[in-house]
Amino acid sequence: MTEYLIKNGFVFDPVLGIRGDVADVAMKDGKIVETNAVKNPKVIDATGRTVMAGGVDIHAHVAGPKVNIGRNFRPEDKLFNTRPGRGVERMQGGFSVPTTIRTGYNYARMGYTTVMEAAMPPLYARHTHEEMRDTPIIDQGAFPVFGNNWFVLEYLKNNEIENAAAYIAWLLRATKGYAIKVVNPGGTEAWGWGLNCENVHDPVPYFDITPAQIVKGLIEANEYLGLPHSMHIHANNLGNPGNYTTTLDTFKISEGIKPKGRFGRDQVMHHTHVQFHSYGGDSWGNMESRADSIMDYVNSHDNITIDMGQVTLDETTTMTADGPFEHHLTELNHLKWANSDVELETAAGVVPYLYSPNIKVCAIQWCIGLELALLAKDPMRVFITTDHPNAGPFIRYPRVIKWLMCQEAREQQLDAFKHKDKVIDATHIAGIDRELDLYEIAQMTRAGSAKALGLSDIYGGLAPGLMADVAVFDFNPNEPYVPDDIENAFSNAEHLFKAGVHVINNHEIASNGNKRTLWVDAKVNENPQVMRDVKEKFLRYYTVTLNNYEVSGHHYVPNPYVIEVDATQ
Amino acid sequence: MTKTITDVICPFCGTLCDDLEVVVSKDGKKLLEVYNACAIGAEKFLHSQAEDRLTRPRMRQEDGSWKEISYDEAIEYTAKILTDAKKPLMYGWSSTNCEAQGVGSEIGEYVGAVMDNTATVCHGTSLIAVQDIGIPSCTLGEVKNRADRIVFWGCNPAHAHPRHMSRYSIYPRGFFTGKGHTGRKMVVVDPRVTDTARIADVHLQIEQGRDYELLDALRVAFKGEQLPDVVAGIPKEKIIEVADTLKSGRFVIIFFGMGVTQSLGKNHNIDAAIAVTRDLNEYTKAAIMPMRGHYNVTGSGQVWGWQFGFPFAVDLSRGFARYNPGETTSNDLLRRGEVDAVFVLGSDPGAHFPFSSVKKIYDLPSVAVEPHETPTTEVCKVHVPVAFVGVEVGGCAYRMDNVPIETRKVVDAPEGMMTDEEFLTRVLARVKEIKGI
Repeated sequence: MTEYLIKNGFVFDPVLGIRGDVADVAMKDGKIVETNAVKNPKVIDATGRTVMAGGVDIHAHVAGPKVNIGRNFRPEDKLFNTRPGRGVERMQGGFSVPTTIRTGYNYARMGYTTVMEAAMPPLYARHTHEEMRDTPIIDQGAFPVFGNNWFVLEYLKNNEIENAAAYIAWLLRATKGYAIKVVNPGGTEAWGWGLNCENVHDPVPYFDITPAQIVKGLIEANEYLGLPHSMHIHANNLGNPGNYTTTLDTFKISEGIKPKGRFGRDQVMHHTHVQFHSYGGDSWGNMESRADSIMDYVNSHDNITIDMGQVTLDETTTMTADGPFEHHLTELNHLKWANSDVELETAAGVVPYLYSPNIKVCAIQWCIGLELALLAKDPMRVFITTDHPNAGPFIRYPRVIKWLMCQEAREQQLDAFKHKDKVIDATHIAGIDRELDLYEIAQMTRAGSAKALGLSDIYGGLAPGLMADVAVFDFNPNEPYVPDDIENAFSNAEHLFKAGVHVINNHEIASNGNKRTLWVDAKVNENPQVMRDVKEKFLRYYTVTLNNYEVSGHHYVPNPYVIEVDATQ
Repeated sequence: MTKTITDVICPFCGTLCDDLEVVVSKDGKKLLEVYNACAIGAEKFLHSQAEDRLTRPRMRQEDGSWKEISYDEAIEYTAKILTDAKKPLMYGWSSTNCEAQGVGSEIGEYVGAVMDNTATVCHGTSLIAVQDIGIPSCTLGEVKNRADRIVFWGCNPAHAHPRHMSRYSIYPRGFFTGKGHTGRKMVVVDPRVTDTARIADVHLQIEQGRDYELLDALRVAFKGEQLPDVVAGIPKEKIIEVADTLKSGRFVIIFFGMGVTQSLGKNHNIDAAIAVTRDLNEYTKAAIMPMRGHYNVTGSGQVWGWQFGFPFAVDLSRGFARYNPGETTSNDLLRRGEVDAVFVLGSDPGAHFPFSSVKKIYDLPSVAVEPHETPTTEVCKVHVPVAFVGVEVGGCAYRMDNVPIETRKVVDAPEGMMTDEEFLTRVLARVKEIKGI
C-alpha cells in the first residue's frame, strides 16, 4: 500500500493536543505512523493548509427505510441538482435526501470518513445494510431502536436488566447493529394506537411502564454490557414549546450512573439533536430559547454528551422514529406525510419541511442550536450535527462551522431574519461573542464524537496507530479571511485519505474507497428465558419467522468491522 | 432419503410468505414436495423441476426458428445491443433479487438506459399518489396484532394473494387481536362479487370506475356533512354506516389493488384513498397499503430509490437520473418509438403490455432473461434462461410492506445454468470493456 506524507500543514488534533502548529502526518498500511516510519512516501504539500483527522458524524439519517421513503416520495428533491457520473464517480442526485452514492461523496468532500446511521428499525436491518453497502468511501454503523420494543418494555417493567441486556446483545448480533438507540421512549408504541407519551412519567398504554423507567433501564443494560457507545436518546416531547423541562427530566435519569467497559467514553447518555428539545414558553407565540438551562446542566454533568441538531434554514425532509411527532408536524404544515409502523419494534414518519428565515419560530430554532455549542464549556462533549436531514442537510456542516467561528457571520444571518427583534428577545445569541477556533471544531466533529462512540482507538485523531483518515482543507488560519472562506474550504476538501486510500485528490473524487460496516458483537451468558421469549414472540406475533430475521454477512455486510464485547462476567 | 428445508420464502407474490417447507432429494438436486404454500406458490417451486425446461440461451434465426447459443454468446449479444443503443429500455426487475437489481442499475447507468419495473402497469400510479400526498402505512404484523377494521378496495386477495388473509389481515390472532376474525370487521369494495367479497361483513358493490366519488363520499361522511342519496351506486345510509364502522375501529387498514390503481382516475383514486386514511387518523389510528404483485417489485423500487432517487420509470439516458411518468414509462416510450433496444428481466411484458407495445419489442434488438418460456421470450431475439430466484438461488426481496427478507436456495439449478446476478455481472464487465471504463 502506498505510503503518504502530508507535509507542513497547520495541524489541529485534540488527540495529540496540536493547536495549529506546522507538522507532518505520515500514513502506512492504512494507519497513521510516526513520520520516520515511512521510507519512500508520496508527499502531499500542505503548506498553508489545514490538516485534521477525518470527521466522525455521531448522528445522521443516511440509510434505511425511512430515508428511502424520503427519496422516493420527494422527486422534487432531485430537481436541478443531479450530477452525471464521471471518472470513478457514479451518477448522483438529491439535496436533503441524497442517493447513497452522493451521500458517500458529499461526506468525503467535507472531510468526513465515519458516519453513524442514527435509527435502524430492526425488522428493516437488511434494508439499512443494503444502503450502507452502496454508500461509498465512509465507514458506517447503524443504531437499532430499542425504546419501544415489546421485549424491552416487558423486561424493564419488571426491572429485569440482565434479561434486557441479553436481548439487546441478541438483537445487535441479529441486525448487525452498533448501539442502543431510543426514540420517544414509549411514545412511539403509544402511536400504534394514535397516542403519545408527552413526558417521562406518562405511562405507555397497555405496557404500564413509563418513559423514565425505559430510559433508566436501557442505560443500565448498556452499562451492564459495557458497549462502546452509551445509550443514545431522542427524548419525549420533541419540538414542543416548553419541552426543555422534559429534556432536563430525561438528563436527570442518568444521575449517579457511571460508564463501564473498556472503550474510554465518559458518558452514559448521549442526547441527540438537543436543539429540538430546548424550547421554553407554552405556545408558538411565546416560544423561547432555554439553551442556557440545558447547557447549565450539561456543563455541570460530565456523564452526558449531546449533539446540536442545528437548523440550517433550508427546505428539507424530516424523518424520525418519533411517529406521533411527524403526524403533529403534518398537521402543522399540511405537507405530505408518510408513516410506517413496525411490528413489535418501532415506527417512523416522514414530512417535508421548510425552515424559513421569515418565520420567527424557525429563526429561534436556528439561534438555539448555535447557543448550545457556543455555551459549551467542554467541546469534547458537544457535537456538530444537523440531525440530517431533520434540521437541515449534512452538507451544511461547513456553514454551521462558519457560524460557530464567526460572530460576523451570525450577525449577518440575524440581520436577515424578518422578525429579528422578536428573535433576539426570545434568545441569548445576540449576547454571545464567543468564536470557536479550529481546535474546538476538531473536538466537536472528530475527537469528541469518536470518543463518545467508543471509537477513540481507531478514529478521530492523528496519533500513530489510528486509522489513516486524514483531511486537508484549503484554509490558512493565520491569514485574514472572510467567513465564507471557512464554509468554502470545509465544503471541499483538497485531499482526503480514508484508511490510507487517497479518495480525494486535488478536490476530485479519486477512489470509491473500501467502506466498512461497524457492528458490535456482545457476548453474554446463555439466557434460556430470553431465547424462549424470542421464540414465542416470533411464533405468535411477528410476520417473519425467527430463522428469517437475522441479517447474514455476505450480501448485506460484505466488509464488516466487528467490535467484540465480553459481558459474560 | 429426503431432507426437509424449513422457513423457505415463496418467490411468487408480494405477500412473501416465509414459512414454507420444501422436501428435496438427499443430493439436493430434486425438489419433491412443497408444504404450507398456496397453490400458485407451490406450482412455482414444482415447475422448476419440469423435464422440458430450457437450460441454455437461444437466439432466433432469420426463419423464426431458435438456435441454442452459449452463455458467452448471449452475454456478448446483450452487451452489444445495450452499448450500441442510444436509449435502451431495461424493463422488468420484479421477479429477481436485489443483488441482480443492483448490478442491473449499474449497467443501466453505463449504457444510458431507461430503467422501469412492473409498477409501470400496476402500482406506479400509487407511487405517484404517494409523491402527491404521502402514505401512512405499517408492516403487516401491525395489521395482525392491532387491526380491527380491514378494507380491501379493488383487490381480490382470495385469488391474487391467497395467504394474505390467513397470515396477516383477517384470520390471525395477534397480540391485541386475540379473537381473530371475529374481532375484525371486513369491508370489501369491488364491482364484482369476488370470493373475497363473499366473506366480507360489508360488500360495497360499487359502480365500475366510481372509486374516487365513493372515497370522497366517505370523507364527507366522516365529517358528518350532507351526501346525495346515492354515490357510485351505494346508498348514502350504507356509506354513513361504513364511515362510522371505520371511525369506531381501534386500528383501520385499507388494502388496495389494481381495481383502483389502473381504473378511471388512476393515481387520483389513490390520492383520495390516502386522504381517507389521513382523515381517519383524526379519529383513530389508520394505515393504507398497496397489494404489491410480484414478490420483489417493491425491492426494485427500493434499490432504484437509494441509487437514483425514484421508484420506477427512471431515465438514465442523459447521464443522470430523470423521472417523468408518461414520458419515461415503458409503454409510452415503446409506443412512441423512443427506445432502440429492449432488455427484459424478471417480468413478462409480452403478456401484460398492450399489443402495440409488444410489436415494438418484436421489431427491436431484444433480450429476455427469464427461466420460463413466456409470451415475452417469444417476441425477443435472444432468450436467456436462468436459475429461479428463491428456488435455485437466494437473495434479498422486499415484501409489500417494504420488509426485506432473504430468500433461500432449496435445490441446485440444472448443471451449468447461470443466475440473474451472474449473467448481469458478466454483461456489466463486458459493457465496461466495450465502453473503455
